[in-house]
Amino acid sequence: MCDSCGCNITHGNEDLIRPGGKLHKTESGKEAVSVLHSLLHENDHTAKHNRDHFDQHKVLAINLMSSPGAGKTALLEATIQLLDKGIRIAVIEGDLETENDAERIRKHGVKAIQIATGSACHLDAHMIHQALHNLDLEEFDIVFIENVGNLVCPASFDLGQHLNVTLLSVPEGDDKPAKYPVMFRASDLVMISKSDLLPILDDFKPDRAKNYLRDIASTAPVMELSSKDKSGMAEWIEWIKQQIEVRKTYVEQHPPASGHAHSHHHHEHEEIKM
Amino acid sequence: MHELAICQSLIDQVENIAMERNAQCVTSIIIAIGPLSGVEAQLLKNAYPIASAGTIAENAELIIETLPVRVKCTQCGSESDVLSNKLICKQCGDWRTTLISGDEMMLMSVELEKTQDSTTRAVH
Repeated sequence: MCDSCGCNITHGNEDLIRPGGKLHKTESGKEAVSVLHSLLHENDHTAKHNRDHFDQHKVLAINLMSSPGAGKTALLEATIQLLDKGIRIAVIEGDLETENDAERIRKHGVKAIQIATGSACHLDAHMIHQALHNLDLEEFDIVFIENVGNLVCPASFDLGQHLNVTLLSVPEGDDKPAKYPVMFRASDLVMISKSDLLPILDDFKPDRAKNYLRDIASTAPVMELSSKDKSGMAEWIEWIKQQIEVRKTYVEQHPPASGHAHSHHHHEHEEIKM
Repeated sequence: MHELAICQSLIDQVENIAMERNAQCVTSIIIAIGPLSGVEAQLLKNAYPIASAGTIAENAELIIETLPVRVKCTQCGSESDVLSNKLICKQCGDWRTTLISGDEMMLMSVELEKTQDSTTRAVH
């Protein structure tokens, strides 16, 4: 991906897609406009805007993804209990219907905003942007975005988060990274959740899951954790604290553009007439 | 089924381009999809008539080109075409590779039909 605008032109594909390349053909008598934008150009733009917004307030944003029922909300509840009280947490919950998850979070005294996506199987950057209007980021250090339970669609939409954490729960089986490479390739941390079930569901081999992750060239660390018996939680809490510091240092060294200035990056639209 | 959402985003972009250039209609749209983008070409094709109904791109042909999954090894430097869930260097077998093609979902170009005088009009 190119660093300036996030388009996907690399030296591996540019021969195919640049003017004159195989994919750049036009019938005679018409005007072809070369675009070279992501199909999710508008979403990516809003995502960048969200990220700038988090950065202006030195807030770390973590996007939690997994299949339904892998334990994202339970992980958040355990995290709220164990994270230092000085670290101020907010949660954005995405579900097709109900406020159930947000209510679970609110019971712990933590601000939670529920996004009901209706029939949409994923969160997108615009939904997060809307949610941020109801969240004073000055009051928080970390925002968890609990995405819609789904190992497919959420991977394609940048929300403006800094890090993706994907849960792979023991009952799901250890070959999920091979079946859903797009999702697991996008993960900055993979968490094997419900690890208290490993002795019972002993066909799940954590090493096999790790090998499947290597197969998709993932460099993400892998943690085993149980929100129920709290094993592995210390490592996760430590990781979060570390990431908050890493982000703060980064933002201090690279201050984001202030205010709501929208800077649009455009590739030159080439006009080809035949 | 996030393909419908992606298709709607595609139509929005195409409509903007067509409007900017005073086009009569859009005749074809070329997009490039890599298998690791998470977008299924056939589902996108199925979503297209729904997303484009009533728009300037309604009758456009949607041409989808699939790009190969290709990695470059960070250890030995060679490049290989690989499967989506096996991004391993075919030369030396190392897993430490970087993807150089295969996660694209890109609007490549749009073909427009214009009236005679608007075709010659400068656009920028």
